[in-house]
Amino acid sequence: MVPLSYYMVLSAIVFLTGFVGVLIRRNIIILLLSIELMLNATNINFVAFSHYLNDVSGQVFVFFTLTVAAAEVAVGLAIIIALYRGKATVNVEDLNLMKW
Amino acid sequence: METVAFFYFAAVIVLTAVLVVAFRNPIYSVIALLVMFFHVAGLFVTLHAEFLAAVQIVVYAGAILVLYLFVVMLLNLKQDDSYQRQVGWGIGLGIVGLAEMIYLVLSAQVGNSPAIGTAALQASASPKVAAIVTRGNTEAIGYMYTKYLFPFEVASLILLVAMIGAILLAKKGVLGMKEP
Repeated sequence: MVPLSYYMVLSAIVFLTGFVGVLIRRNIIILLLSIELMLNATNINFVAFSHYLNDVSGQVFVFFTLTVAAAEVAVGLAIIIALYRGKATVNVEDLNLMKW
Repeated sequence: METVAFFYFAAVIVLTAVLVVAFRNPIYSVIALLVMFFHVAGLFVTLHAEFLAAVQIVVYAGAILVLYLFVVMLLNLKQDDSYQRQVGWGIGLGIVGLAEMIYLVLSAQVGNSPAIGTAALQASASPKVAAIVTRGNTEAIGYMYTKYLFPFEVASLILLVAMIGAILLAKKGVLGMKEP
């Protein structure tokens, strides 16, 4: 029987990997991939708690996370395509139009 | 057996998660994320969430990652994709946060008591738990949607808005830019 804390530590590692990825990468597509990593970390936590507390509600909430992830990917990639069409770059340091 | 499976899945998940961030080439990153999603699905199977494992593979690996691969190949990115200048700060912050989280989890001793676990599942007299055991995993989730009906409707609205937004944003001439 694997203790619940192992799953939480795994989830923390994956979440912080995504966090570090958002901080250190310049490619905006990798930034979105890092956000996917963070969402998956929360999914692991939800399912682990759902299993250990014998409650299916946690698994239902994974579906809502999935919905948000799909919406985020669709809109985010559309924004990236629109940006690339206008500025021909996916480097976040070149996208400083709204900086003052 | 369960412990071996957990450590295998956890090791591959951590490794591929780090590789997603570390690879310079975005296509390699997407492939690493694909491997990670399959292993997360495997972890879900060991947690008796079989339906979620299937959905994880179909939606994440089948739909979302294909979209990423489309965009990565469509944009034809150059290879000179370096890290930010504050890479040391980012990794340092990540290590500090990880240390905090591990300390919190270990000090709380959450879930280490044997009372919470699958052994309690059969012993429990709660009718809801008994219903989950007798029905399948998928059916139990389906019944939960009678309880979470309103969030379900909101989720469908979010998907509709995202669909319309993606179509509008990807059209030419949006964001005040000139047509190429």
